[in-house]
Amino acid sequence: MTTPPFNLADYIMSLPIILLTLFALGILLIDLVTPKRWKWMNAVTALVGIAFSTGAIVFRSQKALRLSGGSGLLAYSNSMLIDRYALYFWYLFLAAAAISILLSVRYLEIEQENHGEYYALILFSVVGMMCMAAGLDVVLIFIGLELMAISTYVLVGFLRTNRRSNEAALKYLLLGAFSSGIFAYGLSLLYGLTGQTNLIGIAQGLQQRMASGNGHPGPIMVIALLTTATGLLFKIAAVPFHQWAPDAYEGAPTSIAGFMSVAVKAAAWAMLLRIVLIGLGPLRSVYVPLFIFVSIASMTAANLAALTQSNMKRLLAYSSIAHVGYMLLGLVAGTTTQVSVDGIRGILMYLLVYTFMNLGAFGVIASLRQRNVIGDELDDIAGLYYRAPTESVLMLLFLLSLAGIPPLAGFYGKYFIFLSLIETGHYALASLAVIYAVFGLYYYMKIANYIFMREAIDKTRLPLSWGMRAGLGIAAFATVFIGIYPEPFIRTVNWSLGLAQSALVAGLTH
Amino acid sequence: MLHLSLFLIFGAICITGAINLLVQRHPINSALSLVVVMGSLAVEYLLLGAEFVAAVQVIVYAGAVMVLFVFVIMLLNAGEEEQTSGSRVAILFGIPGMIIGSVLLAWVLVARSGTGEVALGALPGSPRSIARLLFRDFLLPFEVTSVLVLIAIMGAVVLAARPEAVEHTKKEG
Amino acid sequence: MVPLNYYLLLSGFLFACGVAGFLIKRNIITIFMSIELMLNGVNLSFVAFAAHWHALSGQIFVFFVMVVAAAEAAVGLAIIIAVYRTRETLNVDQVNLLKL
Repeated sequence: MTTPPFNLADYIMSLPIILLTLFALGILLIDLVTPKRWKWMNAVTALVGIAFSTGAIVFRSQKALRLSGGSGLLAYSNSMLIDRYALYFWYLFLAAAAISILLSVRYLEIEQENHGEYYALILFSVVGMMCMAAGLDVVLIFIGLELMAISTYVLVGFLRTNRRSNEAALKYLLLGAFSSGIFAYGLSLLYGLTGQTNLIGIAQGLQQRMASGNGHPGPIMVIALLTTATGLLFKIAAVPFHQWAPDAYEGAPTSIAGFMSVAVKAAAWAMLLRIVLIGLGPLRSVYVPLFIFVSIASMTAANLAALTQSNMKRLLAYSSIAHVGYMLLGLVAGTTTQVSVDGIRGILMYLLVYTFMNLGAFGVIASLRQRNVIGDELDDIAGLYYRAPTESVLMLLFLLSLAGIPPLAGFYGKYFIFLSLIETGHYALASLAVIYAVFGLYYYMKIANYIFMREAIDKTRLPLSWGMRAGLGIAAFATVFIGIYPEPFIRTVNWSLGLAQSALVAGLTH
Repeated sequence: MLHLSLFLIFGAICITGAINLLVQRHPINSALSLVVVMGSLAVEYLLLGAEFVAAVQVIVYAGAVMVLFVFVIMLLNAGEEEQTSGSRVAILFGIPGMIIGSVLLAWVLVARSGTGEVALGALPGSPRSIARLLFRDFLLPFEVTSVLVLIAIMGAVVLAARPEAVEHTKKEG
Repeated sequence: MVPLNYYLLLSGFLFACGVAGFLIKRNIITIFMSIELMLNGVNLSFVAFAAHWHALSGQIFVFFVMVVAAAEAAVGLAIIIAVYRTRETLNVDQVNLLKL
């Protein structure tokens, strides 16, 4: 026998993933013997699992990366690339999962669906996301994507006696499976063009084809690009492939809607950036106009639709589509001339701040869930200030941050995107984005208006559980802290890109 | 010549099955035409030399997955699909869209790509060579697959298990 | 010898049929079968390209697509059962509590 193509180092690199899987399996087993009163233990187990996984990243993966001194380590016969970019996203997924779990505990008790599977599924979907962010082989990326997607389908339909929940799961599943099919067809065409399943190999093959075609992509290449991009855009919920998002967010358990809008979206972005920047890099001239169109469509359609919504989860869903539009502008700026770091840095920063502020906003909505009130209609929050002053102030904070008001974190997300647009000379796109940001301010303030200016119909005070307190506290702290003192976070983003960039260049040369 | 005629025969069966799936109104008929498509595809895989894929196609796809479909159709006693205004709109846009799409695709695939020919059994995909790849180069995706299957089982149990409190549902509407 | 294009044409046709079925069918189970048809088209194109490139990785991808299809079918049919329990219909047009 020849030497095995993987060794202990590979296992150490994937230790965070393995630990998370083990903890998720542990939750499934422990849940069987846990009495009903002790179900909150599952959440604690999940949090411990996340803590262990984070520890493994800090003390194992990151250390191995530092010791190697190179631009990322390849593991499992080149199907996995552990670089700072992947680690950055791993941290982001774990943080989002931890906050979501904190926000879920009380919510699930009220819904009377407090099962261990819920937390296990969240951990499993994070495992899928980690594979997506670290995958260099489309096989691994595809399997990671499906692992994440299938866990999320189940989580969306988790309130199985609730008609809205299982309808949302059905719509999400049908459109998700459809988009996966289109994505897989795109991958098969890319494989057909290059004979490779590795992103670096695909890039090299495409480059050769482009060179032999005098810089013109053939029609098959265009179809491959279109189908792959359609699949990817479906996953990040960009217009015109956004139809599933408002339905899925509205019907899903609120805590899961928050999780989907940040973690699932961040994972889809991690995958999109890897595929578009590395694999489809040679087709840059074709996809930039496509992304410009999609981002303008996303901003326009989502901002206009959000103006008329009366359900807060739908409103936040449309606002998240609009945010995707802004982030796509970063991709446009980052790929116009050559792969420049600024636009991509804007996207990573945006995803970081968006994680905290959007989870916070969904967390506040989740905290309003009571035994007989769902609490996601605008009328339900009328006069909230008189019933729950803490949540109201926090909500105002998150909304201002989502709108991009300066001293808060959301400002830096938009700032870097706009800056990169101006640097690359896209003045028209930058001014359009600013106009839409003003639209955004209007509908976010509409929510604030309901909270602070309306009379409360029901005057009872709302209790706040420990999990909510912790989750909302972390989200609010991060939102304010990143806004006031952004340097360490900007440095972290720069750190993560320093190597993604060189890995990209290295991949294309050797 | 044998290769071409076998390809054409089973390709024709495959196309007929796919069209029949779309035309039939009763889900059970659609399911059976899908089995026909999958069976004839298995022969096409065999022609290309992918023997193991062909076997798995018959055992897992045409066997297990389709049995699941038929089982659910029977369980829910699904009848013929009704015509609604939505379906008329869908047919109005869907059929022309499909024709335009497939003509475009056909034009691109036939006219614009000179990608050579494939011999009978061009690439023998025996279990041995497949396993060597699957358990070495693609070990990590393979392991993740096991988690994926676990999720699918667990998810199906979570979602389809009979809710303890049916009364509760009725009240909430 | 059969031109590779013939195989691609067949796979493209199956994929297009799947997309069309997804759009025009109203029964949830049939819509689901259309998605399976799309994935079958994808599989054929992978196997054909694998033969073209003499690289087995294309056939490996087929196995993963099959696993994904099976997993999606399991979860999807469970969701269909849950939907059917709460509203006794399999027509997508009548599953419309959430406005589009």
